[in-house]
Amino acid sequence: MKFSALSLLRHALTGNREWTPHWRDAAPKPGYDVVIVGGGGHGLATAYYLAREFGIRNVALLEKGWIGGGNVGRNTTIVRSNYLLPGNIPFYETSLKLWEGLEQALNFNAMVSQRGVLNLYHSDAQRDAYARRGNAMRLEGVDAELLDADAVAKLVPQLDFDNARFPIKGGLLQPRGGTVRHDAVAWGFARAASDLGVDIIQNCEVTAIERDASGRAIAVQTARGRIGAAKIGLAVAGNSSRVAALAGLRLPIESHVLQAFVSEGVKPLIDGVITFGAGHFYVSQSDKGGLVFGGDIDGYNSYAQRGNLPVVEDVCEGGMAILPMIGRLRLLRSWGGIMDMSMDGSPIIDRTPIDGLYLNAGWCYGGFKATPASGLCFAHLIARDTPHPVASAYRLDRFATGAVIDEKGQGAQPNLH
Amino acid sequence: MRIPCPYCGERDAREFSYLGDASVARPATDDAAAYHEYVNLRANPAGPHREFWYHASGCRSWLVVTRDTRTHRIEGAELVR
Ligand SMILES: Cc1cc2nc3c(=O)[nH]c(=O)nc-3n(C[C@H](O)[C@H](O)[C@H](O)COP(=O)(O)OP(=O)(O)OC[C@H]3O[C@@H](n4cnc5c(N)ncnc54)[C@H](O)[C@@H]3O)c2cc1C
Ligand SMILES: [Zn+2]
Repeated sequence: MKFSALSLLRHALTGNREWTPHWRDAAPKPGYDVVIVGGGGHGLATAYYLAREFGIRNVALLEKGWIGGGNVGRNTTIVRSNYLLPGNIPFYETSLKLWEGLEQALNFNAMVSQRGVLNLYHSDAQRDAYARRGNAMRLEGVDAELLDADAVAKLVPQLDFDNARFPIKGGLLQPRGGTVRHDAVAWGFARAASDLGVDIIQNCEVTAIERDASGRAIAVQTARGRIGAAKIGLAVAGNSSRVAALAGLRLPIESHVLQAFVSEGVKPLIDGVITFGAGHFYVSQSDKGGLVFGGDIDGYNSYAQRGNLPVVEDVCEGGMAILPMIGRLRLLRSWGGIMDMSMDGSPIIDRTPIDGLYLNAGWCYGGFKATPASGLCFAHLIARDTPHPVASAYRLDRFATGAVIDEKGQGAQPNLH
Repeated sequence: MRIPCPYCGERDAREFSYLGDASVARPATDDAAAYHEYVNLRANPAGPHREFWYHASGCRSWLVVTRDTRTHRIEGAELVR
């Protein structure tokens, strides 16, 4: 079934009662060319690009819960490519370009909304750092504009410009950044992959990784039986250490919780995405009117999928510092998601020391924006056994060789990235 | 979260800062592979985790706290030695 103005009208006239499921709920076959573990955005995108770009259609995607129940449906939906380091900029820009054409490619409305991402600065040193970042971006053909306080005030007059401690002196704007409806990304990729022949298998937790006498990974044991695979790709954000441990691998990763918050709905207040540069706070407004915001991770290893109160307070303080008016709003919901925090704050898309086993991990709290490029690059790696050119820096051995990609300059401290 | 400091008693987690896995040990040799393991590789368990916390706003001791990463439940804390 293809979406078109006509099909939407037809369904509207029949009371939207005749929609059919958007992807096949497949039962596992005994074996596949490729098995992808993890039905989040990255796993689904990988399965889709394996089928569409590389012609590998005998693919199973295994999800322990349901499609979209992980971080792909828990994040604050921000997409941008305002990175500084050479290993990162081309990758995230490739991803932003894919977002720009995604809805046409998938025939699915993911509400890609390029409303701009504005990072505020509060000191001269911070302005210089953002000028440098903006220049690095423009050298790679990425859009960036350095704004002074007057230009920011024109764009977002409701910000507090009288804060004595953290005065807003300007901001770095990426006009092409914005937000994308996260659940729709999972559903759109699932539907498109399924149409290309990929088996999407839910309620199918991988509990063991089987290896042959030569050490090669050849199958997975799951809640729905044994499934053989010529190649196995792991894309289990937040759980990478646990799943890699099934194959005896230790990773340069810790799992941490990040919380997100949604306020009651209000009239249009914030157009794009705004981040507070002197603390850690980011906010946008959903189409329903709720303010969607977040801040720092809780800062200690966690698999709890819920956070603790000190960070709630810290996030709200950050929000009040730039938008005091939000102190009057009530919170509708808050939740936590578990992320792989890597030792340098950057992701890993690489082969593992085990033949037949491929790893997509370490997305920290910025991996949603990466979804399409991560899928494309991971599919490229699995199909061709060589890294995609824009993801060639995301090596697993970079921690051992020292070629780390440390955007924040924090060293091997996952809770500080 | 409240952490039972052996000196100060049970105190709010806000008084402490976190330094990660306490089970890794600095290698005795200067072997690069051993250092890579020490600096970068982690078991990252879902369950009981022995971890370093510094009681910055209290007695300024380093503690090893045993905490369940699935529930945030703290089983105990002892001084680092
Ligand atoms: C609160 C919060 C806010 C965030 N905000 C942003 C943001 O604004 N912008 C941004 O770019 N990024 C953001 N992120 C980060 C981003 O969400 C993640 O980096 C990204 O979504 C991770 O990839 P994924 O979608 O594939 O992961 P997931 O959706 O988590 O997919 C992994 C899947 O693997 C499954 N799985 C795990 N173990 C097994 C197993 N043994 N067998 C089978 N399946 C298994 C899980 O059930 C899960 O569905 C945020 C994260 C959080 C938590
Ligand atoms: Zn103490």
